Amino acid sequence: MDSTEISSPEVTDLGGAFERHLALSVVPPRWKEWKRKHWDHYRELPMPRPREQSWRFASRIDFDPGGITLPSLAEVESSFPEIVGQSDLVREQAGRLVFVDNHLADRTELPAELVEKGVVFQPLLEAMERDPDLVERYLFQESTNLGSEKFHALHNAYTEGGYLLHVPDNVEVDLPFVVHHWHAMAGAGVFPHILVVAGRNSRLSVVDVQQSWQPDREGFICAVGNVFAADGARVFRKTIQNFNPRAVSFQLDTNNVERDTTVRSINLNLGSRRARFENEVRINGSGADVKLYSLTVAKDHQEFDQRTLQIHNAPHATSDLLYKNALLDESRTIFSGLIKVAEEAQETDAYQTNRNLLLNEQAQANSLPGLEIEANDVKCSHGATTSQLDPEELFYFLQRGIPRRVAQQLMVFGFFEEVIEQFDHEELEENLRALIREQFSGDVLAQPTPGAHAEPEETPAS
Amino acid sequence: MSQLEIRNLSASIEGQEILKNLSLAVPKGEVHALMGPNGTGKSTLAKVLAGHEDYEVTGGSVLLDGEEILGKEPDEIAHAGLFLAFQYPLEIPGVSIANFIRAALQSRLAEGEKLDAPAYYKRLHEKMDLLQIDRKFSSRALNEGFSGGEKKRCEILQMSMLEPSYCVMDETDSGLDIDALKVVANGVNLMRGPDRGILVITHYQRLLDYIVPDKVHVMYDGRIVRTGDSELAKELESRGYDWVREELAGSPA
Ligand SMILES: Nc1ncnc2c1ncn2[C@@H]1O[C@H](COP(=O)(O)OP(=O)(O)OP(=O)(O)O)[C@@H](O)[C@H]1O
Ligand SMILES: [Mg+2]
Repeated sequence: MDSTEISSPEVTDLGGAFERHLALSVVPPRWKEWKRKHWDHYRELPMPRPREQSWRFASRIDFDPGGITLPSLAEVESSFPEIVGQSDLVREQAGRLVFVDNHLADRTELPAELVEKGVVFQPLLEAMERDPDLVERYLFQESTNLGSEKFHALHNAYTEGGYLLHVPDNVEVDLPFVVHHWHAMAGAGVFPHILVVAGRNSRLSVVDVQQSWQPDREGFICAVGNVFAADGARVFRKTIQNFNPRAVSFQLDTNNVERDTTVRSINLNLGSRRARFENEVRINGSGADVKLYSLTVAKDHQEFDQRTLQIHNAPHATSDLLYKNALLDESRTIFSGLIKVAEEAQETDAYQTNRNLLLNEQAQANSLPGLEIEANDVKCSHGATTSQLDPEELFYFLQRGIPRRVAQQLMVFGFFEEVIEQFDHEELEENLRALIREQFSGDVLAQPTPGAHAEPEETPAS
Repeated sequence: MSQLEIRNLSASIEGQEILKNLSLAVPKGEVHALMGPNGTGKSTLAKVLAGHEDYEVTGGSVLLDGEEILGKEPDEIAHAGLFLAFQYPLEIPGVSIANFIRAALQSRLAEGEKLDAPAYYKRLHEKMDLLQIDRKFSSRALNEGFSGGEKKRCEILQMSMLEPSYCVMDETDSGLDIDALKVVANGVNLMRGPDRGILVITHYQRLLDYIVPDKVHVMYDGRIVRTGDSELAKELESRGYDWVREELAGSPA
């Protein structure tokens, strides 16, 4: 590279990080070739600029993803016992994988019954050894159309940590598959790869938990999640992003949805200094029923940037998106969503709603809803609302002795409850409420108030 | 010392003076009524006492058991023992009555101390029964879609749960039907006692038939112009405020 590239904030491969990574990588030779191809692609692609439509309202990219390092197994291994011990958000599960800075730290055995039925729930590297055909059919088949192509290419160049979940045709699994993706070391690049393949008429749910081990270590996390739901499949995906406030994170998801499928995805976004989330759904078969939910608590100076695309290529399908953001302090959120209905996708029902709750005047919620409809017989709507904690409402709370932060917390739980209930898993819901509650204590910008720990959960009236 | 004492209080909003050198004291153990024509500044007084940030206090002081509360934050004033039953209670979407009151009680506990949930619900239900509020209401969003009377009853429910030392009730009787009025008056009377001072703002003698006040104050144009016993309220009921106005016109303020 020439010297002007080095002085720019967009430098790539500072000091040959990628070459070192490739030399140390244990993936099969074929995969190494893919890596190099993706790396070259990454270098060719321009760094996105805030004035581009797909980056509108996003703040300037102030990090250099080319300079990251991938910690070696030897560097992170000693943290495994502690981290695995903390990987307990969901205890009732069909199986669990724990990754730490791209390395597999722990796994549970799948119940024999599921193994017999052909269920695969494995780290990618292993799956590649055992069933290369299956992996190759789905791995790296997707990109993003929502603006982060360059980061997607970077992910593809580096990713090794990640898993394949494959539930074969007609197999139904009640309990969720749980995967923890941890960011542990300072300055680590983490590239979780999530590959969910649901066979015809299968049923599964999967929980991805993304966290930082330490509260103050920087990190660059770029996750890619690809769901393939075959005819009649029922897929429920739940993702929790709770990295520390110094991390920068990307989550680039696609969902390929075929005939008569039921696909749900829920995201809870709490962490990262800035977090970009791209979520694309492609409905390729009629009768599909898709619901996309997201909940975000933004505080301090966090920036959450959400871009969504609902593509209807087949008739008689429904997609319904509801993204809710609660903003505190001087945080920012961006929601940009597009519904695209192709000419042949008659009788489509497609909805898109972004609701923002502004709990501080300094917070900023941006909303860019959009529709592109080529079919003539459709029901589509999009809407964005922003409500505020009215000063008179706040005065009411305060007059009862309830401090500002607790008032905000109560409002947020009220705002979120209709979506939290959708998680449809009591233990997870309780743990998520606890995670959300934590967002309201020990804040940098919060005024310290005694007894600021209300219990918003309700016990049933007798 | 054991009183809510308002001394020479002046306050304005948007440059307009509403409270004009107002003085009033409600000792513990007593119930006082505050009456006066519309727009005279009764709700303004209530909100200034509670520390509402929109009002600018231009003079005077407000002592709660001898302690100055002017200039404190509304939640500090609440913790100091002042409760305001709102004339127009706000609707709080998504926050249930039970969780709201619970958070209010929790905020009065020391750091690390936890509210005993079963005991809390037991007490809440007792008070709801007393005020004839359906227990199912406890999980409803606070005041959301409530009728006027339900909102007022809910204010008294909060008041009786929080057991404040001083209560300022701003037109709690308006919007209540006769039966509800009796129920609410009964709830308030049960709270009367040597450890509590109550200031009842009202337009109607009707409420004062049930909650018999120790003193009645007449407020006019931002200050107290008359103070008497419960007979004064009856006089107002039959004669209106014109005679007050006339008397004032005759004597310089
Ligand atoms: N935000 C405001 N801006 C300007 N003027 C205000 C504001 N709030 C109150 N006022 C004025 O202050 C005066 C006193 O109002 P206040 O609500 O205290 O009267 P009140 O005695 O409680 O009347 P009512 O019996 O009708 O409840 C009124 O003239 C009112 O218009
Ligand atoms: Mg009033």
